[in-house]
Amino acid sequence: MKFDDEPAPGQPLPILPGHSSPGRLERVLRAGSFAVTTELAPPDSADPDEVYARARVFDGYADAINATDGSGANCHMSSVAVCALLTRIGYAPVMQISCRDKNRIAIQGDILGGAAMGVCNMLCLTGDGVQAGDHPQAKPVFDLDCVSLLTIARTLRDESHFQSGRKITSPPHVFLGAAENPSALPHDWRARRLAKKVAAGAQFIQTQYCYDLSLLRSFMRHVEDLGLVGKVFILAGVGPLRSAKTADWMRRNVPGMHVPDALIDRLAGAKDPAREGRDICIEQIQAIREISGISGVHVMAYRQEETVAEIIERSGVLAGRVPWYPQRDQDPPGSHPPGAA
Amino acid sequence: MYSVRQWSVRHARGLNAFYRGFEALLVRCHRWFERIGYERLERPVAFVERNVKGFLFDCQMCGQCALSSTGMSCPMNCPKTLRNGPCGGVRANGHCEVKPEMKCVWVEAFRGSRRIEGGVDAMSEVQFAVDQRLKGRSSWLRVVREKTAKPEAAPKAAKPAGGASR
Repeated sequence: MKFDDEPAPGQPLPILPGHSSPGRLERVLRAGSFAVTTELAPPDSADPDEVYARARVFDGYADAINATDGSGANCHMSSVAVCALLTRIGYAPVMQISCRDKNRIAIQGDILGGAAMGVCNMLCLTGDGVQAGDHPQAKPVFDLDCVSLLTIARTLRDESHFQSGRKITSPPHVFLGAAENPSALPHDWRARRLAKKVAAGAQFIQTQYCYDLSLLRSFMRHVEDLGLVGKVFILAGVGPLRSAKTADWMRRNVPGMHVPDALIDRLAGAKDPAREGRDICIEQIQAIREISGISGVHVMAYRQEETVAEIIERSGVLAGRVPWYPQRDQDPPGSHPPGAA
Repeated sequence: MYSVRQWSVRHARGLNAFYRGFEALLVRCHRWFERIGYERLERPVAFVERNVKGFLFDCQMCGQCALSSTGMSCPMNCPKTLRNGPCGGVRANGHCEVKPEMKCVWVEAFRGSRRIEGGVDAMSEVQFAVDQRLKGRSSWLRVVREKTAKPEAAPKAAKPAGGASR
C-alpha cells in the first residue's frame, strides 16, 4: 500500500479527517487492511546501529514496530530513545509506556517528547512487576495504572492540558493503544476491562499471546456483545514457540502466558520443533484472520525476530501488500522485501 | 489479615448493605462534625477507620476508598495498586503474578462484585489514579463532606474524586 501523500522519510504524513495521528498504522487500520505489528527488543547498548539492525529484519512485513519499555522489568535502552531513532529514518514505531518505572510527571513529559520526535502510536501499559526482572530490588512506581495513563494521554491530545489542568501549546497527535490478555482470569470480565480502556481512550489493542484460540473467540464474542467492534481495532498477539520445553517454561514463568497442553504435545512430537512452532503460529494467524472483529496480528518473536518475515510471508495475511520500509519505494516493483531474504 | 480479607469478599453483600446505613448515619452527623471541626476529627476518625478497615480488608488508608466498586476487595493490596481491574499477569490458578501465594485482588473483586447488586457495573466504571496527598486521611469524613457539599448531585459528584466510597 503506497499512500498518495507519501512524505520524505522522517516527515509525518498529513493527518486525515477523523484520524488522530499522522501515522501509517492508523491509516492502514482505518483503511480496513489486516495490519501486522511486531516487537523490537531494545538493545543493551548505546549504539544506534543495533537498533537499526534489529528493525531491518522486519522490513516489508510490519506496519509498525513496538519498542518495549523495560519489558519483563529488565533494563534496556529506553523506548523513547528507540522510537526517536526509528522515526528519524521513517519507521512507524509504537512507543510502549509502562507505569512501573515512572510517575505521572515523567510520563506526561515522555508523551510530549515522543510525539515531538515523530512517534505516532503509543501503547499504554501497566507493566510487569519488578520481581520479574533483573532488578528485583528496585522500587516499583505504579503511580498510574494503564487506564489512568490512557485518560492522561487522551487529555493531553484532545484537551491540550496536563492532568494538573495547565495548558500545553501543541498537543501530541498520537494513536493510543492498550494491551489486553484474553487468556487471563477472570475470563468473564476481560472484555469489560477492554471496554474500560476504550472508554478511557484506547483506539487499538494489542493482546498478549493468544495460544488458546477458543479463549480468544469467546473473548471476542463478549467484545461484540458490549458493542465495542468498530470502536477499537484489535490486534491479536501471536508468536512462534521454539520447543515444547521453552513453551512449558514460558507458561510457568512468563506472567499471563497460557499455552494449551495440546500445543505442547504437538511440539514435543515434532521432528523439527522450531519449524513446527512456526507452522503453528502461521495456522493461528490464518485462523485469527477469520475471527470477526479482529483487525490484525501482533507478532512477538522474542530472540527469534528473524522468523517474523517468514511467518508473515507464509501466512499470506498481507495479501500482496508491502508495508513501508526505508528502501521500499526505491526498490523495483515486485522485488522481494529484504526481510524475507 | 488474609483470611479475614477473604471472609469480607464472601460477605460483600452484607458489608455493602451495612456500609450504606453507616454512611447515611455519618451524613446525618454532618452538623455535629462541623461544630467540632473536621480537621480536629481527622486523626481520631482516621484511627478508628484504619483499625476497622485494616482488620476487615487489610485497608492501606489510601484515603479514596473504592471498596463498593471492588466487591470489598481492597485494590491497594494489589502489588501494582491497580484501580481498574486485574493486570494481564494473573496466574492460571487465579493468583497474583507478583505474590504467587496471594489470590489476585481483582479476581477476588470480581467475585465480590457479583454478590453486590450493580457491583459488576460499578467495577466497570473508569477510576482515576489515587491522589497521593490523601494517603492516611479518613475516607469516611471525605465522603460526608462531599455528600453534604452538593447534596442534589452527590452520587455523581463523588465519583471523579475516587468512585463510590466506603
